[in-house]
Amino acid sequence: MARVGTGVRVVGAVLAAVLGASLAGCSSTGGKRAEERAKAEAQGRPAVSTPRWTFAMVTHAGDGDTFWDIVQKGAKEAAAKDNINFVYAHDDQAQQQAQFVQNAIDQKVDGIIVSLAKPEALKDVIAKAVKAGIPVITVNSGSEQSAAYGALTHIGQDEQIAGEAVGTELSERGRKKAVCVLHEQGNVGHEQRCAGAKKTFGGVMENLYVEGTNMPSVQAALQAKLQADPSIDAILTLGAPFAPTAVKAKEAAGSKAEVDTFDLNESVARDLKSGALGFAVDQQPYLQGYEAVDLLWLYRYNADVLGGGRPVLTGPQIVTGAEAAELEDFIKRGRR
Amino acid sequence: MSATATADERLAPTSLVRRLLGRPELGAVVGAAAVFVFFSFAADSFLQASSLSTILYSASTIGIMAVPVAMLMIGGEFDLSAGVMVTTSALLSSMFSYQMTANVWVGVMVSLLVTLAVGFFNGFMLTRTKLPSFIITLGTFLMLTGLNLGFTKLISGSVSTKTIADMEGFPSAHALFASQWTIGSVTLKVTILWWLALVAVATWILLRTRAGNWIFAVGGGADAARAVGVPVVKTRIGLYMGVALCAWISGQHILFSFDVVQSGEGVGNEFLYIIAAVIGGCLMTGGYGSAIGSAVGAFIFGMTSNGIVYAQWNPDWFKFFLGAMLLLATLLNAWVRKRAEAK
Repeated sequence: MARVGTGVRVVGAVLAAVLGASLAGCSSTGGKRAEERAKAEAQGRPAVSTPRWTFAMVTHAGDGDTFWDIVQKGAKEAAAKDNINFVYAHDDQAQQQAQFVQNAIDQKVDGIIVSLAKPEALKDVIAKAVKAGIPVITVNSGSEQSAAYGALTHIGQDEQIAGEAVGTELSERGRKKAVCVLHEQGNVGHEQRCAGAKKTFGGVMENLYVEGTNMPSVQAALQAKLQADPSIDAILTLGAPFAPTAVKAKEAAGSKAEVDTFDLNESVARDLKSGALGFAVDQQPYLQGYEAVDLLWLYRYNADVLGGGRPVLTGPQIVTGAEAAELEDFIKRGRR
Repeated sequence: MSATATADERLAPTSLVRRLLGRPELGAVVGAAAVFVFFSFAADSFLQASSLSTILYSASTIGIMAVPVAMLMIGGEFDLSAGVMVTTSALLSSMFSYQMTANVWVGVMVSLLVTLAVGFFNGFMLTRTKLPSFIITLGTFLMLTGLNLGFTKLISGSVSTKTIADMEGFPSAHALFASQWTIGSVTLKVTILWWLALVAVATWILLRTRAGNWIFAVGGGADAARAVGVPVVKTRIGLYMGVALCAWISGQHILFSFDVVQSGEGVGNEFLYIIAAVIGGCLMTGGYGSAIGSAVGAFIFGMTSNGIVYAQWNPDWFKFFLGAMLLLATLLNAWVRKRAEAK
């Protein structure tokens, strides 16, 4: 055991030395300091004096999902402004998501925001919430079921319509053969996007399923696809993190295909500006969170309802190189 | 008494065929050849040089981790935290460099130390508590998964890291961990070199050094090994730190190759490493296997996962193929070994 003790001390000493050295080994470019220099954020404080209501948001997000992070940020900032106590829970298993909604009902919250990726699993618990007099707003997915389940309104992008917008855009860009890269097998929304794009696209579109949790394998699979079929001239990824990987795969495979993507992030903005990406389809996740909280507040405050029984669409918005420069700052702050 | 009867049977010369049959990777090599021939016919573009380089890249990313995982399995243990540890290591270098505005290499070194410490923790807990490695590393797996998400969100304010591509030291680190060479239409990634080097070093350790004997002895029977003076604790901790070292190499590749790291990645990859090691002839019970076998296993994995794309098949069936391949390889290994022992 003495040997082990020495080992720990040695590791500790080396760690301390490196930490010390790091203060000397600074980078004069990039990093947090650069970010702080550039940052000038508005402070969130209540703008209203309505009672402090509690709203719960329960989504089907998996752990560590960039997209839902932005939705949450929008919801939190609206909550700060509306003097709302905001609670958030998520689980990609439908059963657990339903359980979280039940928990919110038990806590007698003043409003519930829920995403309907697997609508049937949440039907009963939403009915319970409505029966208990809690207003429900659905976001992101589930535009078809929302009204039938008794929700006030639905805020989100219709995946089919978003896909159709992509198909039209690809046709206008004169593309002939496209591949739609799905990073989650069995995700209904992803299938709808590709189906929508296939519908309006003039050329041929094929689906390619990749292992989304393993980036090197995403790149290899896409490279393989491009090498197998050199006539592919457009690649469509369904999430921002996969777009730069698609660009790498295309370069490695020596393909001339144009890469386009759903959703935005910092690297997508950079690649749009440099022309490495053709366009991105944004469904404005910030707006989905922000509007959901704000509309619940409006309903409590003034019994206002938006949408007239129809879904309120937050997308698709097609972003190209020209808009990307303007959006870059907002993307860096995690809002777009 | 004739001279032949008294000769020690252990000293008798063995035929080349018999020696080959006794090698753990034989089943895997036969399997790899079969998969190769199969996809050569099934997919037109499978045999072109650029496709083979893609397959090699895919195999190398699994193979780099399959090497230490195979050594660990020979030593009789598992590491379920190996997959997320790769992500942890990438997140560490990225966030440390960014938050401290430090030269990227400082982050890379901090990440090495912390990752090795995690490996040390696994080995130390295992030898101290005498709990099965399944429990210990499952605990580490869950803790690391949570820490990856929690810390990234706490520090970066979002679930992925910020870009460090514009920071000092990035180009040189990129060259070491993520560079590539283009020869004609073929792009070769540096991970392939890392992989081959690791296989060579591991093979040397296993077959030519005292530590290698210790690993086989510990995996064959820890108590018997301890009785003959093998430092069991040291060997096990060393094996776990080996996994950590390779997780660091792998993590740095992901960071410098893709620039931004998603904190939720890596979950489930530990099984791919174990699959590669098992296809390559490692026994689940320890004491038997090879580093070359793990490389062949990773290569089979690379051929299968990309071959299905080259053949333009419906990839819904990929996991089924992988499972069938795993079963077949294991059965083939068991059969070959039985034949070798019976002779």
